[in-house]
Amino acid sequence: MAEQTKVVTLEKVVVRFSGDSGDGMQLTGTIFSYLSAILGNDISTFPDFPAEIRAPQGSLSGVSGFQVHLGSRKIFTPGDKADVLVAMNPAALKVNVNYLKPYAIVIVDIDSFQKSDLEKAQFTTDDPFTELGLTGIQLVAAPISTMVKNGLSEFGLDTKSAVRCKNMFALGLVCWLFDRPLDEAMYKLQSKFAKKPPIARANIKALSDGYNYGCNIHASVSTYRIESKKSAPGFYTDINGNKATSYGLIAAAEKAGLQLFLGSYPITPATDILQELAARKELGVKALQFEDEIAGICTAIGAAFAGSLAATSTSGPGLALKSEAIGLAVIAELPLVVIDVQRGGPSTGLPTKSEQTDLLQALYGRNGESPVVVIAASTPTDCFDAAFWAGKLALEHMTPVILLTDSFIANGSSAWRIPNLEAYPEIKPKYVSEYKDEKPWKAYRRDPETFVRYWAVPGTPGFAHRIGGLEKDYDTGSISTEPLNHQKMVATRQAKIDKIAGFIPELEVLGDVRDAELLLIGWGGTYGHLSEALEIMRENGKKVALAHFRFINPLPKNTADVLHRYKKVVVAEQNSGQFANYLRSKVPGFNPDKFNRIKGQPFVVARLVEEFTKLLEA
Amino acid sequence: MKFQPKDFKSDQYVRWCPGCGDHAVLSCVHKAMAEQGVAPENIAVISGIGCSSRLPYYMNSYGFHTIHGRGAAIATGVKTANPALNVWLMTGDGDCLAIGGNHFIHAVRRNVDINIVLFNNKIYGLTKGQYSPTSDRGVITKSSPFGTVEDPFVPAELALGARGNFFARVIDVDLKNTTDVLAASARHKGTSVVEVLVNCVIFNDGIHKRITDKEFRSDRTIVLRHGEKMRFGRDNEKGIVLDGLRLKAVTIGQDGYTLEDVLVHDAHETGVALHLMLSLMGGDMPVALGVIRDVEAPAYDECVERQIASVRSGNPVRTLHDLLMTGEVWEVKE
Repeated sequence: MAEQTKVVTLEKVVVRFSGDSGDGMQLTGTIFSYLSAILGNDISTFPDFPAEIRAPQGSLSGVSGFQVHLGSRKIFTPGDKADVLVAMNPAALKVNVNYLKPYAIVIVDIDSFQKSDLEKAQFTTDDPFTELGLTGIQLVAAPISTMVKNGLSEFGLDTKSAVRCKNMFALGLVCWLFDRPLDEAMYKLQSKFAKKPPIARANIKALSDGYNYGCNIHASVSTYRIESKKSAPGFYTDINGNKATSYGLIAAAEKAGLQLFLGSYPITPATDILQELAARKELGVKALQFEDEIAGICTAIGAAFAGSLAATSTSGPGLALKSEAIGLAVIAELPLVVIDVQRGGPSTGLPTKSEQTDLLQALYGRNGESPVVVIAASTPTDCFDAAFWAGKLALEHMTPVILLTDSFIANGSSAWRIPNLEAYPEIKPKYVSEYKDEKPWKAYRRDPETFVRYWAVPGTPGFAHRIGGLEKDYDTGSISTEPLNHQKMVATRQAKIDKIAGFIPELEVLGDVRDAELLLIGWGGTYGHLSEALEIMRENGKKVALAHFRFINPLPKNTADVLHRYKKVVVAEQNSGQFANYLRSKVPGFNPDKFNRIKGQPFVVARLVEEFTKLLEA
Repeated sequence: MKFQPKDFKSDQYVRWCPGCGDHAVLSCVHKAMAEQGVAPENIAVISGIGCSSRLPYYMNSYGFHTIHGRGAAIATGVKTANPALNVWLMTGDGDCLAIGGNHFIHAVRRNVDINIVLFNNKIYGLTKGQYSPTSDRGVITKSSPFGTVEDPFVPAELALGARGNFFARVIDVDLKNTTDVLAASARHKGTSVVEVLVNCVIFNDGIHKRITDKEFRSDRTIVLRHGEKMRFGRDNEKGIVLDGLRLKAVTIGQDGYTLEDVLVHDAHETGVALHLMLSLMGGDMPVALGVIRDVEAPAYDECVERQIASVRSGNPVRTLHDLLMTGEVWEVKE
């Protein structure tokens, strides 16, 4: 039996699984996150993978990582640095060396640390640990490959297939480290490999072997205990942002009693939305792949015209291709949800990395005066609510809505309480059947309060009409180039969007609402990092507050009040200051400090705390 | 229900140039729609940009005048979202084959059940006279002052190359045949392409004169009808025969050719070779008009619906909540 190892109880711990992109680290991390979530830990995950599907084996560019942050209290981010690192090869060790906490536990497959492996990772000595200056870590150098091969020797697998199970051995070892029972992991493996029972059995064996190895090594490393978090009662599942976005659209369609139509084209990191919705035929979703980005949005516009809740999903380069069509939906006043899962740009940029650089494109990237609603989701689970809101506003206000998420929240996951849809607001499009005016109905007759034009869906007798990209007469709906009419239509389309401010929640301030000496401002996927920075600074006795925006256009009604309420304000975003400048254009006299990082990586909370503290004390 | 052509006319003033071929086509579209017997509210007429794309405004149906080249994609969305609608796409040679070429070939390949009416006047009219992808090599236009140095597309070749199942060609001046062919295209399930050779009276006047002129029309065109001998000429004295692997125009009773030798048109033949040869005829051969190809194949929009129905028949999940509860879920109790 194992010696009694030291058990440390922690509130939070960060585990990073890292290996070659073919080593199955994403699966390993996903299963470990799931095991932790069902034990009642809060989780936040961050898959970090290369753009290449299979970079040269063992190379630095081929390292794929999956980080999970788990805790007994609210977890906002996947964490800056790891308490535990699993490095399946020297390249993985090298790439992650700067993301380790002091005294971190580092588990390596020492079989993969041969001379040739070290060379591939560009080590110049045969002692990678000294070369990297790794002192004070708790190293577990396990001959994982050998043990997996030996453990599976009677399974009749070829060596290659056997060694492929080494990620499960590593998972077993980490499960031992965190005292995670293996049943659920075994169940997961069984269902994943349901069609290949021998592979399922081999993976399960490797998993158990890893766990037992942990029990038997008399390791001097500490093991961890994370207490369960007290969560609100209900049913939970583990969900990433892209899935949550897909479900938010389904929920909106259900609420509106409409068919959901998605026209799309594959693009990293948004493709999962197309794939998820394409699989949802049982719910009647029509999610289809078309010949290009433009066809993706144009089929969606056609579907919107035909009466569906229509959406298209893309990333920055695709949004650029769709801009002319978005303008068509603006002037035709059709409901449309455009999802932009932002990635590093410009051009092809950093397809698998995250930033917030499409904000101005979303707000302004079209010809003519063409205002649209812009919404940004703040966390993986918030993608659900944000997508629901996008559908609701599009349908009820007959306008395109651009929903901005980003690669970080799209791929990151956290535990999510399955929502009760009855608690969500109704979605009631303004159909032409509600038109009550004495004047005969025309295509651009509007609700006097909201300026929303009535929706006459093809197939409705008595309301056949023609719309299109040419400017129309305010009253008759016929083509018009009349100067005053155009001015009026431009103003009306803008006013229609502005009026939406009356239908969205006000901006909420968190933290020291009344007496903060510094207000942090953020939007979109940086919410977790800013919240954690807020929490840490307040624990340090600072007076700080956070206002995080979901609604970007129109802004919440109380925006100017909030921005002017605090003496010092800093806008933190992963671009060169797009939101800060936008706010300045909308709120006279607002002149914030800015914090901008564009590295393709999430903010580092410690840096945020440091910079914000400096600002406070300046 | 019985409809008259006037049931499909809108109250809008038609703004095409006097003498433009589009007027005639519009009138044929009204007649063909009356013939197909679908109520105006169940028809959606989609268009891109260009002179011909103004057509939806002159219809009393649902209509959507969209953006340049994207009509095929938008029509695909309309039909796929609601297959009960009768969907038409009005487009021109620039809109359909230049900026919209990609959407056109993919719509045809997918075989979504839309009726594409391709107005081919071999010129950009709305931008005042630049060459189009169907303009003949060497033609002098405002944007090719020394003549073009590129070969044109033959729309039929493109449509058949994209595995199209319905292709027809008509001339704007033959109202009867145009109406009949449009009606036939509406009856066809799947993408139908009707190329209408139209005259642009301002920028390309007489471009199709060589074949449309009454004086030569019967000798220089042949109207193909399924199941009938391929005959043409003022007195139907000529016919198309197969000469080795080529088509040949002959006079019946001369050079040993009899009526027996004249080919019978089979629009339903799935093989595309003969349809392609017929649609490429020109020069010494008569230009083929009428329905050249009309082959049954599964329509995209129906396949989408059928797949959904089949998945649903074996899966009890009906709401998002059902779906979420069947996934990996754990419960936190009070």
